[in-house]
Amino acid sequence: MSQIKNFTKGLIKENPVFVLLLGLCPTLGVTTSAINGLGMGLATTFVLVMSNLVVSLVRDFIPDKVRIPSFIVIIASFVTIVELVMQAYLPALFDSLGLFIPLIVVNCIVLGRAEAFASKNNPLSSIIDGLGMGFGFAFALTLLGGVRELLGSGAIFGLKLMQGDLMLVFILAPGAFIVLGYLIALINKLNKAS
Amino acid sequence: MEYFVIIIGSIFVSNIVLAQFLGICPFVGVSGKLSTSVGMGGAVLFVLTLATLVTWIIQYYVLNPFGLAFMQTIVFILVIASLVQMVEIILKKVSPSLYSALGVFLPLITTNCAVLGVAILTIQKDFNLLEGVVFAIANAIGFTLAIVLFAGIREHLDLMEVPKGMRGVPIALVVAGILALAFMGFTGLV
Repeated sequence: MSQIKNFTKGLIKENPVFVLLLGLCPTLGVTTSAINGLGMGLATTFVLVMSNLVVSLVRDFIPDKVRIPSFIVIIASFVTIVELVMQAYLPALFDSLGLFIPLIVVNCIVLGRAEAFASKNNPLSSIIDGLGMGFGFAFALTLLGGVRELLGSGAIFGLKLMQGDLMLVFILAPGAFIVLGYLIALINKLNKAS
Repeated sequence: MEYFVIIIGSIFVSNIVLAQFLGICPFVGVSGKLSTSVGMGGAVLFVLTLATLVTWIIQYYVLNPFGLAFMQTIVFILVIASLVQMVEIILKKVSPSLYSALGVFLPLITTNCAVLGVAILTIQKDFNLLEGVVFAIANAIGFTLAIVLFAGIREHLDLMEVPKGMRGVPIALVVAGILALAFMGFTGLV
């Protein structure tokens, strides 16, 4: 039961983007389309799950004083793995995500979960927590990317749905801020209602 | 002329916060008050410049000669984290007044993606050392400009009647969007 709760809390109730407001840089930077959002979300999920697992495994061996630098090294290693694998097998996605792949290192969600959850819980709970938070992040990015893609280029996941004059501004920088603002307001409303 | 293009380009045309989406967390987090946002801008200017300088030297004199370019992410983040720690300790000893002004912001800067982002961008753009430092300073000024403007607007926003659901972060993000729209006017300047 508590494991299910660990998993679902990241999706809506403690959604890292909409509720905790963490990791806003990649959230705004890469969501020009739904597929970019999903790719970034899954890459972050991988890093989150693996770093949570490793941090949880070594939590008893790391002295308290050097724990933050140690966590950063663990996270940076997995980010480098993602970076190299994506460059080799998904070069198109790698190009469109660009700088934001190495920047997963400084995504507050990853370090935040390592510090707040994985360093205090057993490996299984930590993996589930990482999966929940990661999927919550991926969900938020895909939703934001989908809305922006639909309004800006009339498509979702590259599937053309609308023709004619579209609001290009939603693909550009200002649209990211505005759509995220309204989505947060909406999620706040939903959370209050339930 | 080249430096002029770098400076104008990074402050206005591709502003680090409003066009490149780096350093959004402090941009949203510490922009409630004008005075704190100025402090944050100062701290970023200091650390960003120093970090770019050190990471550039490490990239070209350690990583590249030894074929360790793939270690870039790990090495850079460690360098930045230890640099921030060191700056904090030195400032505390040498200039307590500056420390009390910037101190609280320093730990936050490690996870400010603007610092790592600019360090990596400097390498990606093949800048030489001087260009890299100018690029870093210009980006830090761009960051300060954006966050100070935003804080000024948010202070006024507190006095406005905002619909209940939009209060706080949502309206702030919409305002940031309008600010980004204004900065788009600089497109094509250089």
